[in-house]
Amino acid sequence: MELRKTYFADERKDDLHEIGQPRPRSDALGHVTGKTAFFADRSFPGMLHLKMVRSPHHHARIRSIDTSAAQKHPGVVRILTAKDVPHNLYTILILIQVGPEDEHVLAEDKVRWKGEAVVAVLAETERAAQEAAAKVEVDYEVLDPVLSIDAALAPGAPIVNEHHGRNYYLYDSGEARKVRFGDVEAGFAAADHILEQSYASAPIEHAPTETTGCIVVPEGSGRFTCYTNTQAMFFTLDNTSIILQMPGQQLHMVGGTVGGGFGGKVDVIVEPIAILGAKLTGRPVSFVYSREEEMQISSPRAAEKLVIKDGVMKDGRIVARHVKAYIDAGAYSRHSPYGAQKSAAHFPGPYTIPNVWVDSHCVYTNRTPSSAMRGFGVTIGDFALEVQMDKLARLIGMDPLEFRFVNAYRDGDMKAHRQPTEGAALVECMQEAARAANWPIDERFMAMSSRTREGL
Amino acid sequence: MAKVPVQFTLNGSEKAEFVESGATLLDVLRDKIGDTSPKAGCRQGTCGSCSVIVDGELRLSCLTLAETCEGASIVTTAGLAEGGVLHPLQRAFMDAFATQCGFCTPGMIMAAKALLDRNPDPSRDEVVEAIAGNICRCTGYEPIIEAVLSAARSNSISAA
Repeated sequence: MELRKTYFADERKDDLHEIGQPRPRSDALGHVTGKTAFFADRSFPGMLHLKMVRSPHHHARIRSIDTSAAQKHPGVVRILTAKDVPHNLYTILILIQVGPEDEHVLAEDKVRWKGEAVVAVLAETERAAQEAAAKVEVDYEVLDPVLSIDAALAPGAPIVNEHHGRNYYLYDSGEARKVRFGDVEAGFAAADHILEQSYASAPIEHAPTETTGCIVVPEGSGRFTCYTNTQAMFFTLDNTSIILQMPGQQLHMVGGTVGGGFGGKVDVIVEPIAILGAKLTGRPVSFVYSREEEMQISSPRAAEKLVIKDGVMKDGRIVARHVKAYIDAGAYSRHSPYGAQKSAAHFPGPYTIPNVWVDSHCVYTNRTPSSAMRGFGVTIGDFALEVQMDKLARLIGMDPLEFRFVNAYRDGDMKAHRQPTEGAALVECMQEAARAANWPIDERFMAMSSRTREGL
Repeated sequence: MAKVPVQFTLNGSEKAEFVESGATLLDVLRDKIGDTSPKAGCRQGTCGSCSVIVDGELRLSCLTLAETCEGASIVTTAGLAEGGVLHPLQRAFMDAFATQCGFCTPGMIMAAKALLDRNPDPSRDEVVEAIAGNICRCTGYEPIIEAVLSAARSNSISAA
């Protein structure tokens, strides 16, 4: 590996002797010998299996739930419904005061997405739990579903989530997270060209090879040990404490080994109900998603719709950028209000533009709740922005890489959301990329620096 | 439910179990015998995480009924290291950084072993083909392919 030390050398006190040297991964020996203990590699005597009865409808009112036939199924030990959950209404980010609580652990009056958890069945075997779950009878009154961002925001649309009372998240800034920088209309008025384009994406499933799950063991001390593959141990601990109204000291979360997560194991989904099952039966409980549940039930990356309007000068300078972003949270907030906020802060991308206007909306639909995935709120925006950058370069007949040099943010530039740029290094990365790809660019761009304004 | 007696050798040691008729080899290995090196990623034969070697053939243990393994010789990744010495594939997977989350690793190593056992000097394309039924969702395929090729090279050196 070639290691270039020419950039920012004066900032370094060390000689980077570790970088470029192979160091063994601390977990590799366990992986290659099959000894790494994933949560499901543990089993305990008397362990029960939990299976979830799920909504077959996108949107429906629950008239009644009849568990009597399931209760009689051989091997069934306990059936849980909403009334068994001490604090059944929750939202993950309430821990950082991002409310309101908007999601039931087990559905009460309504289901808001196809796959929502309604009744939990605990049985001696996985098979018995599955068979009994099929015998739970739920009487639904099917309601009109809202299945797209546009449908959610249309006048007269059915309300997806009554806890919000409208089909979008209400920020303290209003119906959207907003960024206002300079005077975007003046920028458009001065621009040589204006280009407005729409971009849309579908939900994306993480599809980890290890499905979501946990195993809970009631200990003699009155504590519950929860072996879990969560990526968010303390979100899980604190939310479980709220949902089950149990002090945190009774909840011993054991994790750290995740068979692929990519953000998909950040929600608090399996642990509270499995711990409740262990508490009410006094027995170990295993709750593991099937492959079908992992693909259909676990939260995906949000679908997004982005409308980007740019004003650009013939010499390549972007003088105005106007963005309307819509993030499809699905039926519940989970991490999406934060994702939409991140989206707002991320525009206009790694470029310095004097006039910027952004509205980023978190929208509710009757789709699978979306949540974290690798740079959520940012990744789809970057896709749209970079496609837009190529289109703008073509519009003014400029090389797409040189066009990015003209607009690249550099140290000391004020970003649209009022964070000064520090340690940008974008110019230097693009210079290296141009060399590595043998993509010829003008000498004046090769002479640029993130640290100074010399040359350009 | 009726139980069926089944005997086989697992990594060289004899095992005898009463299993439920219809139980998969995966569940018997993991839950009854306690060899958790085969992983349950899909239980429908699509991910390869449960791969084991039965009588020299690569098999998906989630689609193999335990009762069909009577008298068989079964090898899993847990049995590869001999006397604390790693198998060349295990060494190569470590050296090539061919593990990320580690969930697919035991299945990958089984698929690679089945290949090298029948073809000690595979081409890159043959390695790609051999692991085509094993999903690495961390998408670390390049280092995995390199590890298998490197293990094949080290094997041929030690055999020479």
